[in-house]
Amino acid sequence: MSSSPPIDVRHLTMAYGSRVIMEDLTFQVERGEVFLLIGPSGCGKSTLLRHLIGLLPPASGSLRLLGEDFWEMGEEEQGSFLARIGVLFQSGALWSSMTLEENLSLPLQLHTDLSPQEIHQICQCKLELVGLAGFQDYYPAQLSGGMQKRAGLARAMVLDPEILFFDEPSAGLDPVSARNLDRLIRQLRDSLGTTVVMVTHDLDSIFAVGTQAIYLDPRSRSILGRGTPQELRDNPPAPEIRDFLTGGNAEGPLCS
Amino acid sequence: MAQPQATFQEGRLQLSGCWRRSALRPTPEEALQGVPLGQGATLPLQADGLEEWDTSLLIFLDTLQNLAQRRGVTLDLSALPEGLQTLRKLQEQGRKNPPQEAKATSPHSFLARWGTATLDTLRLFLDLLQFVGELLMALGRLLTGRGAMRREDLHRQLCACGPSALPIIALISFLMGLVLAFVGSIPLKWFQAQPYVASLVGIGMLRLMSPVMVGIVMAGRTSAAYAAELGTMKANEELDAFQTQGISLMDFLVMPRFLAMSLMLPLLCLFADVVSILGGMVVAILDLGLTAHAYWNTLVSTTRINDLVVGVVTCAILGVLDALCGCYQGMRCGRNAAAVGRATTSAVVYSIVCIVIATSLITVITVVLKY
Repeated sequence: MSSSPPIDVRHLTMAYGSRVIMEDLTFQVERGEVFLLIGPSGCGKSTLLRHLIGLLPPASGSLRLLGEDFWEMGEEEQGSFLARIGVLFQSGALWSSMTLEENLSLPLQLHTDLSPQEIHQICQCKLELVGLAGFQDYYPAQLSGGMQKRAGLARAMVLDPEILFFDEPSAGLDPVSARNLDRLIRQLRDSLGTTVVMVTHDLDSIFAVGTQAIYLDPRSRSILGRGTPQELRDNPPAPEIRDFLTGGNAEGPLCS
Repeated sequence: MAQPQATFQEGRLQLSGCWRRSALRPTPEEALQGVPLGQGATLPLQADGLEEWDTSLLIFLDTLQNLAQRRGVTLDLSALPEGLQTLRKLQEQGRKNPPQEAKATSPHSFLARWGTATLDTLRLFLDLLQFVGELLMALGRLLTGRGAMRREDLHRQLCACGPSALPIIALISFLMGLVLAFVGSIPLKWFQAQPYVASLVGIGMLRLMSPVMVGIVMAGRTSAAYAAELGTMKANEELDAFQTQGISLMDFLVMPRFLAMSLMLPLLCLFADVVSILGGMVVAILDLGLTAHAYWNTLVSTTRINDLVVGVVTCAILGVLDALCGCYQGMRCGRNAAAVGRATTSAVVYSIVCIVIATSLITVITVVLKY
């Protein structure tokens, strides 16, 4: 295990063509942290997440994951590197033409040389961990939204990744399922020591699971505040952050 | 990183090393090999030397426990790290909530499968009938001026299935006319009847080939697009959004597509007729040594207006069938990517089957009626 932080972002600028989303972002994520990316809708959180998981190349600056620069690797190295991270997309993004077991076993078949027997055991184990034991032959369409999320989580961690990325894990879930998912994420992080990076809007999850957070501000296109969620709420560096974290009645239009 | 190991020492099973999936791990059988315990004994596990671990350790413990149970040995896991205990508890809970209903499996017996298939076909037929009924009612509303169809939607659909299909129709008709003339000229040469190549192309293309080719090209081009577009809209809940706005899907989505295709196909058929006659003329002039004038004269004197009418009417019917298949499959699509794929495939397959059956029927009927 390298001593450098799992995620090391320096002077990152993100842009779609000539439209700059965020400029000059610098932050580090330490091992075992639950790192939150927060901010108003449309501020570029999801774009930042897509940069972190290697879907979008940075316009400038450097982005090192697990001590390596993804965009300097060859294609084959990229493939094996991606096996070290796991991603839970907003709506689960399970492959609809495959059963849950097939969804889970595909990454194992591609990235490991385990026997079918072992792959089956791992899939079973992960499904049990997310409370979906017995659902291995179901297709995603046959599951409820919450179950799809949990199945997505099982798939994201099927390779026991060193970093797990979550895009709004509690969106679209009822409060009870959302809290259960939070607890599950927390337990998995605590016991496996995985680093977690999460985009979220959900105040309850922010305070329940977050250990560090950065607040992205669309107006200045930079990080407006950083610290633990509690710090940010109690000593907000900017009024927007207080409003965001207290769910306050900020005056103004619905979408700024 | 230390190798993962399970050693039996002082009555305890010691787990040590870096217990990761990628490492060579001892199997549960190996771990229990040196353990001299008999029925009813308790084997405490310890993990003082355990460095790192992932879920492979969880699986190891699970199999170990099953194995030990079979030998009558109880495992004492209380000395394991807290995180591991949490995960085991989580796993335990996960097992308690199996799916309530057993997963329906498809019946394996031959008879049962045929039975289900027959019932499915019957249901499909009834459903299709209902769809056609709804469409007719929507058409009635439209004609009495109560339809919700927007003019710009119709306009967009007309453009999509008319003008933008001209290049491919032109290419295919030209080549069809050319090929038909080429092949037809072989027997015609035996009888010194080369001028009649014009009649062959005229009657063959006008009556049958043009409508069929246009129908099939449009099935692949536009029916598939209808099924895919409507299917994706359904998967995205866009159709539900229309319904909750009180907008009739038939009026608003199906009707413009249906009208566009039914109106455009006869026109495309006329266009295909002209182009294919030109294709035949190229062969007549270059290969058979006829003049353009002679080709035209033979064509006009042997081809009746009935041939043209039969072809255009056939093509209009094929347009209705194409639009029906595309829209029906799109509207009845499931809500995921695989279902959209199936709907698109079915739209094209059904369209083509319908085209072949319909043209056969029309041909037989018109020939019997000597029309």
